[in-house]
Amino acid sequence: MAEFNTSIRENGDINIIDLKGYLDAHTAPTLENNFTELIKENKFKIIVNFEDLAYISSAGLGVFMAYIENIRDNKGDIKLTNMSDKVFNIFDLLGFPLLYEIYKKEDEAVNKFNKD
Amino acid sequence: MSVPDKNTNGELRVKSKTENLSEIRDFVSSNATKAGIQSATIDKIILAVDEACTNVIKHAYKLSPKGEIIIKVDYNDNTFTITITDYGQSFKPDTVPLPDLKKYYREHRVGGLGMYLMKSLMDDVKYTSVPGKYNKVLLSKNIKSD
Repeated sequence: MAEFNTSIRENGDINIIDLKGYLDAHTAPTLENNFTELIKENKFKIIVNFEDLAYISSAGLGVFMAYIENIRDNKGDIKLTNMSDKVFNIFDLLGFPLLYEIYKKEDEAVNKFNKD
Repeated sequence: MSVPDKNTNGELRVKSKTENLSEIRDFVSSNATKAGIQSATIDKIILAVDEACTNVIKHAYKLSPKGEIIIKVDYNDNTFTITITDYGQSFKPDTVPLPDLKKYYREHRVGGLGMYLMKSLMDDVKYTSVPGKYNKVLLSKNIKSD
């Protein structure tokens, strides 16, 4: 079975979700639960760190689309960081860079949130 | 025992459960490695097969875990081909244009991305469906230039 897990860190009023392993149709509900919980707690400034993510399929990409509108309506955002070229290429192929801020490093995303 | 039947010569049979996607990816990966394909191309093939099988689980078997999925691999010097067969409901994906992501985003539509990925990642994607009998997806990748 695919290994996937997440953990959440706080940096001021920003929450950072660290992804690890394989994000597919089987494991996507784990990440959905993270977003559902954060939204329930009115935490809308979210960074997703992809550094340890080995694989993503469209089921994983769909998670980001499912929550972004609600989060932006609440003056928050989902910013994505530390993607490998392999994972970035999939996001790029589907045109995600037009809709999401994608940063090389987590600091850049944190700074952007703090400036806004 | 719910261990799926396995064949070592290029065929894998698994039940229609998302937890089997990782086994499907491993199966494709080891066969593509055996065929001498470079790793960046293998990654594309793995993702395309994952998307096709995810569609089978969601749309042909409507998330019922009892269906059967047969993944068969064939290759020669020029082409690596994966055939995915299921006995679920037929679904006819239309020709899929570049998804309008902004529209998807507004309408909360997340399906359809997989189909677009398959067509982008592979050189040929063919569907055959005999309603009430079987559905087949044929995914091909040119490997000669590797």
